[in-house]
Amino acid sequence: MAEAQKAGGGDFISNLGRIYTLYTGGFFGFVALLAVAEQMGVPNKIIGYGFVFLTIAVYAIIGILSRTSDVGEYYVAGRTVPSFYNGMATGADWMSGASFVGMAGTLFLLGYDGLAFVLGWTGGYVLVAVLIAPFLRKFGAYTVPDFFSARFGGGFARLLAVIVLISCSFTYVTAQIYATGIIASRFLDMDFTVAVYAGLVGILLCSMLGGMKAVTWTQVAQYIVLIVAYLLPVIILSTQKFGIPVPQLTYGQAIADITALEQSMIAKGLADAKTLKPHIQPFLTYDPLNFFALIFCLMVGTASLPHILMRYFTTPTIREARGSVAWSLFFIFLLYFTAPAYAAFSKLEVFTLINNGTKIAELPQWMYTYGKIGLVKVCGVDVSAAQAVIDACNKIANHPGLLRWQDLNINTDVIVLSTPEIAGMPYVIAGLVAAGGLAAALSTADGLLLAIANALSHDIYYKMVSPNASAKTRLVVARILLLIVAVAAAYTASTKPADILSMVAWAFSLAAAGIFPALALGVWWKRANTPGAVMGMILGFGVCMYYLVGTRYFAVSFHEMWSWLGTASPAAVEKFNTLKAAWLAAGDEAAKAAAWKALDTHAQTIASWWGVRNISAALFGLPIGFLTIIVVSLMTAAPSKEVQDMVDATRQPAGDLIMKDKATGGVGGH
Amino acid sequence: MIVMMLLWAFFSFGIHFFVKELNTIVFMGFPLGFYMAAQGSLIVFVVMLFIFASLQDGIDRSEGFAED
Repeated sequence: MAEAQKAGGGDFISNLGRIYTLYTGGFFGFVALLAVAEQMGVPNKIIGYGFVFLTIAVYAIIGILSRTSDVGEYYVAGRTVPSFYNGMATGADWMSGASFVGMAGTLFLLGYDGLAFVLGWTGGYVLVAVLIAPFLRKFGAYTVPDFFSARFGGGFARLLAVIVLISCSFTYVTAQIYATGIIASRFLDMDFTVAVYAGLVGILLCSMLGGMKAVTWTQVAQYIVLIVAYLLPVIILSTQKFGIPVPQLTYGQAIADITALEQSMIAKGLADAKTLKPHIQPFLTYDPLNFFALIFCLMVGTASLPHILMRYFTTPTIREARGSVAWSLFFIFLLYFTAPAYAAFSKLEVFTLINNGTKIAELPQWMYTYGKIGLVKVCGVDVSAAQAVIDACNKIANHPGLLRWQDLNINTDVIVLSTPEIAGMPYVIAGLVAAGGLAAALSTADGLLLAIANALSHDIYYKMVSPNASAKTRLVVARILLLIVAVAAAYTASTKPADILSMVAWAFSLAAAGIFPALALGVWWKRANTPGAVMGMILGFGVCMYYLVGTRYFAVSFHEMWSWLGTASPAAVEKFNTLKAAWLAAGDEAAKAAAWKALDTHAQTIASWWGVRNISAALFGLPIGFLTIIVVSLMTAAPSKEVQDMVDATRQPAGDLIMKDKATGGVGGH
Repeated sequence: MIVMMLLWAFFSFGIHFFVKELNTIVFMGFPLGFYMAAQGSLIVFVVMLFIFASLQDGIDRSEGFAED
C-alpha cells in the first residue's frame, strides 16, 4: 500500500512539467473564452464571477486531490518538491495581496524611495540561500522552532520561537484575508463580510486536507495565475505606447516623459513644487538613514519569516534547497522588476491627464468608479458625485477649476486595479487582474496559516503537551488547529481593523529581531549556547516590540522619555510643548480628547531614536539580539560536545538528516 | 561565501549611496542610479544565487561532501 502510494507520487512528480503546461494552456484558453464571451455581450458581472469562481475551484480541486494522511507529507510535502516548483510555490507564498495590489501604487507615490521595498524584498533571498536555507534543510526539521529546540536544548527556546512566529504571522494572515475580502467585494459586489468568509473557505479547501503537500501544489497554480495577471496589462500598455512588448525596457522613455511633464505641470501652475516629488529624485520621503535601514530590515526579515523558511524543508536534497532559493528569487523578481514599470506607466497616464488641463467638471470615469468606494479623492472629497467635487474645489482659494496634482489623492491599491480601465482595456483584463490579486492573497494566507497551525500542533501539542500522540491524532489536531486559527483570522479581518493592517509592516522587523540572530549564530557559531540564545531572543524581540509599540501607541511618553535621543527640530519640539500645554489646559472631556489626539498625532512624527521610523525597528533589536547572544554565550559554559558535532554536521551536505522523526515512515494507507 | 556576502552588501547598500551621481548617467534611457535600484541590483541578485548554487555544489563534490 505504502509502496503503491510512493509510486503514484513519483508518477506525479515526473509528470509535473506536462501537468502545469496543460494547466497554463487551459488558463489562457479560459481567458480567451471569456474575452470572446465579453465581445458577444455577456455582462461584466458574470465575467467577474467566472474568473473568481473558476480559479478558486481549480485550487480547491488541487487541494482535495493532494489530501494526505502521512505526517511527513502533511508537514513537509514528503520532501519531494523539485527546486523549480518549490521556487514557484515560494514566489506565490511570498507575494502577498499587498505586493500584488499595493507595490506599484507605493512606487507611484514615492518614486525612487519606494524602491527600498523592491530591493529589500529581493536581496533578502541572498541571505536565505547563503546563510540559512541549506543548513535548515540538512537539519531535517519540520518547523523552524524545531531547529531552535534541537540546537538550543529544549522547550524554552522552542516556545520563544513559537511566540515570535505567531506574533509576526497572525497580523500578516489577517491582512491577507482582508485583501481577499476587498478584492471580492470590489469585483463581485459581494458584502465585505460574506466575501471574507468565502475567501476563508477557499483557503481551507487548499490547505486543510493536504497540509504542506496541498499548499505547495496550489501555490504553484496560483503563481501562474498571478504572474500572468500582473504582466499582461503592462505588456499591453507598453505595446500601445512604444510598440515593444517588454515594459521593463521601455519604461525608461516613460520616466523621461514623466520628468518633462513634472516641469511642465509646475510651469502651468497645475502642480505645486512643494508637494510634487520628482519620480527619480532620491531621499524625498525617507532620508538616507531610513532608506538603508528599511532595506536592511526588510532583507533580514525576509530571511527570518517562518512561512518562507519552511518552504525549503520540502526539497528532496540540500542542493535542491539552494537551487530552489535561486528559483524563488527569479520568480519573485519577475513581478518586482515589473512593478516600477507599472508605476511609471500609470504615472505617465495621470500626469498627461493633469497636464492637458482636465476640468474638474470633466473627471474621467475611472475616478468615479474608485471614488465611490473611497479610494480616489479630489480636493479632499471622494469622487462620487460631480457637483460635490466642484463645490469642494471652489472653496479652495485661487483654484483654477482645472485638476491639479495637489488636489488628487489616489489610494495606492488603485494603481494596479485600475490600470486596465485607465488604459481603456476590455473588462476581461480587469477580471484577470482581480483573479491575480486573489491568487496572491490566498496563496500567502495558505502559507501563513500552515506556519501558525504547524507551530501549534507540532511544536506545542506534539513536542510539549503530548509527545506520545500517534501520527493519526497529530494530524487530526493539526487540522483542528488550522481551522481554529483560520476562523480567528477571518473574524478579525471581518471587523476591518485599521491597526492590524498597519502592523503588517512590523512583521519583518519582529521576525528579524526575534529569530535571525539566534538562527544565524545557531548555524554559524558553535559556541552559541542556550542561555545566550534565550536571552538574545527575549532582548532583541523585546527591544523591537518596545520601539514599535512605544512610538506608535505611547508616542507622547516615548518622546518625553527619549527626547535626548530624538532628532526633532526645535520647531517640532516647540509645537509639541504648545500642544501639550493645550491638552493640560483643556477643560471638558471632548476638548481634552481632541487636544490629546492632536498631541499624540504630532508626537508620533517626532518620537524616535535618531529619527529612525518605526517600520525599521529591527535596526535596534537586531544588533542587541546578536550582542546579547555573543556576550551571554561567552560568559556561560560552551554547549555540549553533541551539540557542537551537530553544528558541524549541519554544514556538510553529505550524510543523514540530523533530526529523525518517529513517524517519518508515515502511517500508510488512507 | 564571503565574496557572495560582499557582493550582496555592495549591491544592496553600497551602490545606492551614489544614486545622485549615477543619476546623471543615462543607461538605456534610464537614469543609472534609478535603474540600479529598480532593476540592476535585482538582476545581480538572481544571477548571483544561481552561480552560488552551482559553485557550492562543485565545492561539495570535490571535497567529498556531496549528498550522493
